[in-house]
Amino acid sequence: MVVAFRERLAVVAVIDDSRPIFIQIAELIESEIVAGTMAEESQVPSTNEFAAYYRINPATAAKGVNLLVESGILYKKRGIGMFVATGAREKLMADRRSAFQHQYVQPLAREARKLGINAEQLALMVHESLSAAATEGSVL
Amino acid sequence: MNETPAPAIEARNLRKSYRELDALDNVSLRLESGRIYGLLGRNGAGKTTLMSILTGQGLPSSGEALIFGRNPYENDETLAKICFIRESQKYPEDFNARQAFAAAALFFGNWDQDLADRLIQDFALPMKRRIKKLSRGQLSAVGVIIGMAARAEVTFFDEPYLGLDAVARQIFYDRLLEDFAEHPRTIVLSSHLIDEIANLLEHVVVIDKGRILLNEDAESLRGSAVAVTGSREKVDAFINGHQVLHRDTMGSLASVTIRARLGDTERAMAAELGLELSVVPLQQLVVRTTMAGTHNLDNTEFLEVLK
Repeated sequence: MVVAFRERLAVVAVIDDSRPIFIQIAELIESEIVAGTMAEESQVPSTNEFAAYYRINPATAAKGVNLLVESGILYKKRGIGMFVATGAREKLMADRRSAFQHQYVQPLAREARKLGINAEQLALMVHESLSAAATEGSVL
Repeated sequence: MNETPAPAIEARNLRKSYRELDALDNVSLRLESGRIYGLLGRNGAGKTTLMSILTGQGLPSSGEALIFGRNPYENDETLAKICFIRESQKYPEDFNARQAFAAAALFFGNWDQDLADRLIQDFALPMKRRIKKLSRGQLSAVGVIIGMAARAEVTFFDEPYLGLDAVARQIFYDRLLEDFAEHPRTIVLSSHLIDEIANLLEHVVVIDKGRILLNEDAESLRGSAVAVTGSREKVDAFINGHQVLHRDTMGSLASVTIRARLGDTERAMAAELGLELSVVPLQQLVVRTTMAGTHNLDNTEFLEVLK
């Protein structure tokens, strides 16, 4: 399981200097949970594994994991490790839905206005992209 | 009575003067155990002088250097806990690497021969050649291997990577992280290659002209500045009230680095104004924070060195 997780992360992961690394680590784990690659009640890699994999300080990796423990996304099993909590995925999806408008729609609208794309054209594009995404999804 | 344990490394008002020059000017520091620190600064900033005094290899003109609360100078018990790998580490004239490692194994109680053997393989180090016949990179590898396999409670690496190529440096960083995770201890890396080691560090100390200019957690530095680019008036209106670290202008365009963590509202506002926001890498952030903090500094020179 951990191996599969790593292979997948290798594609997605880039740590940058824009924000504290522990927050980026937390978000990477969240994304895996949302995508379903990290199933609820499954074990997540240890902080040392995260540290070695991302080439970051182990204390920083631990801080990222602890952030998710505090928010109830992960929980600790004494002497065994960290696990994804039941209901974590739904909770994260709800958080992301509420951030969706300002994170994605507003910048889209702003750019559209700059380029003179009107509401109708934009709606059409969104519609097309949605159906494309749906086909992609069914292929996968 | 419960006393808080002494920090791994402590400098109290350290001063080191050579005739007219203050190599160290009132340096005070507390470095906790079990962390990786970066000691950053230009050549001649005082890094090596500071490390020499902290490791008992030199005496300060005034002030105190303490390792786990004790003065290391001529103190065998404390010195046994310290490993200092100098940039120009000297070995006995006719030693080869194997003999150097054997000597180190005798001195350092925590010496791990398996780790040393693995690193020798990683770096493809010739063991029988005399050390003075080794290349600059191989010489650095000898130091890196001793510094890591010694597993001293307090380890100082002074510019450990000179002559090591990119692959060898990555091997060093990876092995260091791996081993640190298994055996946490206090490690101080002195370097001017900030970007390369930034993610390894928990805490950053920047020193210049014998003084400490910055002493902060790497994580709290990361993302604490942003570069705002766009038309000059709009940029100026937007950055109003923020601490400016750096400013570039080109015609009617301006790019200004400010010390700020922008929230969603501010980001939206910047986008509304047509301003570009960009990430400031840690290396640049350290350079700019440092430059903004000193007035007498020759900026361009400092930038060159840290590049």
